[in-house]
Amino acid sequence: MNGNSIFKSRMARREALEGLLFAGPLLLGLLIFTLFPVLDSLYISFTKYNIFTPPEFIGLQNYRNLVNDSLFWQSLRITTIYSVISVPLQLVAGFAVALLMNQKVRGITIFRTIYYLPSVVSGVAVSLLWVWIFNPDYGLANVMLRAAYLPTQKWLTDPRTALGSFIFMSLWGIGGGMIIYLAGLQGVPQHLYESASMDGANIYQKFRHVTLPMMTPVIFYNLVMGIIGSFQVFTQAFVMTSGGPANATLFYVLYLFRQAFNYFRMGYASAMAWVLFAIILALTLLVLKSSSAWVYYEGERKR
Amino acid sequence: MKRKHTTELLTHIPLIALGVCFALPFFWLISTSLKPDAQIFRIPPVWIPHPMRWSNYPRAMRYIPFALYTWNTLRICLFCVIGTTLSCSLVAYSLARLKWRWRNWIFYSLLATMLLPGQVTMIPTFIIFKWLGWIGTPLPLIIPSFFGNAFSIFLLRQFFMTLPQELSDAARMDGCSDWGIYWRILMPLSKPALATVGLFTFIGSWNDFLGPLLYLNDERTYTLSLGLQMFVGQHGAEWAMLMAASTVMTLPIVILFFFTQKTFIQGIAMTGMKG
Repeated sequence: MNGNSIFKSRMARREALEGLLFAGPLLLGLLIFTLFPVLDSLYISFTKYNIFTPPEFIGLQNYRNLVNDSLFWQSLRITTIYSVISVPLQLVAGFAVALLMNQKVRGITIFRTIYYLPSVVSGVAVSLLWVWIFNPDYGLANVMLRAAYLPTQKWLTDPRTALGSFIFMSLWGIGGGMIIYLAGLQGVPQHLYESASMDGANIYQKFRHVTLPMMTPVIFYNLVMGIIGSFQVFTQAFVMTSGGPANATLFYVLYLFRQAFNYFRMGYASAMAWVLFAIILALTLLVLKSSSAWVYYEGERKR
Repeated sequence: MKRKHTTELLTHIPLIALGVCFALPFFWLISTSLKPDAQIFRIPPVWIPHPMRWSNYPRAMRYIPFALYTWNTLRICLFCVIGTTLSCSLVAYSLARLKWRWRNWIFYSLLATMLLPGQVTMIPTFIIFKWLGWIGTPLPLIIPSFFGNAFSIFLLRQFFMTLPQELSDAARMDGCSDWGIYWRILMPLSKPALATVGLFTFIGSWNDFLGPLLYLNDERTYTLSLGLQMFVGQHGAEWAMLMAASTVMTLPIVILFFFTQKTFIQGIAMTGMKG
């Protein structure tokens, strides 16, 4: 070994050490706030545990109880319906608005701000605003319906329309997805459009054969994030309806929270959390698996 | 030339129509916040309150200890911003610029945690903080940010990857340590990415509700979102005041957004593209 390579290997070793040091916060964080809680949560899900007395091992009992819990099924049903409707809706609406945003017209930045702003302000204040908007007597939603000579709705106060109201409200927040699409659209290389034009492609063909394929990675990203988000709705349900009326908006995480921190059934809530994790994982894997059929990655051409 | 005008007009019509839809809830928020009680319950509605009742604002801010809650919220936000930018940039530096054995493995497990719903770790984490005696203090809302989070690390890593490796090599030739390269070269060059992470963190903690709901049980430590929710629970909905309070609560975010729009949108572009 000559001096140079000894020096190099020493450099490499030092770099490895520094690498570990710099990543320290992450390694510790993964350990303390992820790995340990995940394992602990799995264990708790097999126990009866109310935080105040030590957990008592009961095997699969929590999971068995879940199967017979009608409110569990209700919450799963509600959340699934919400996800199945709102995710594709947001995907399409966000994309459509992004296409509109991508036009070079005057005042576009102002519009971009207006569309994007609702997705930045969220949480309790916005939830309260929507309770007021959905007020059956004096709310903005019914004011608009009346103006259009349409029948007014009871919105959040009727079990039949409550979940729909949440889906409607979620459309106000499509700005988040829209901005990501917009970034994607602006990243589509201009020369692709130019060569398409030279081949005599019209607007629709350019969209179908250039824009859409180039955007599939972004659609994929928004789809996965949308699915994950839709299964974790909490604040809006807690603030706006606390699950009512007649459990029509008893979102999964709201029910989980209730089991854990109102009834102190930590074991049961942990079992629910694991079922949720399994659902999210399964759906993500499904999307991932399907992605090879419809997601186009530029790098793949080289293969 | 004429054709360009027509297409511009055709684009403007849906843009404006949609823009009105998106802006209307905001308008309704502000309009309600300025109404005397009698004008709130009227059909057809009063769009622009007359006279405008500005006193709803001071009244709303006296109803709940607004200044205290704002301070509580701000304090948590600021610590989270410091914690997140520091820890995540350190980790991102390691993952993007240093070569070590488990690097990729760690990076992929980090990405995998994005799929892990917070509910899985919620209860054990709560138990940890209870064991530490931190329930009722803002510490559980602050301390985890010093250990990084997947999204911010990812974003910063992607940014660091785009900076030329020659910068580090040249600095190393001059005897600069990794800490020096990180702190004196990469960090100053990464201001836009750091600002994005800081902004996301700030807004995330400002809007956070579940965290304060879990960990804060003393009224004196409440954040704005928790305080506002509790206010409704106790007093029912007094819409004018409630909307005034909501306006004041969203205003800082709106102002922040207006001043940092460009950074914001660049940052999101970064995450979206490399995803």
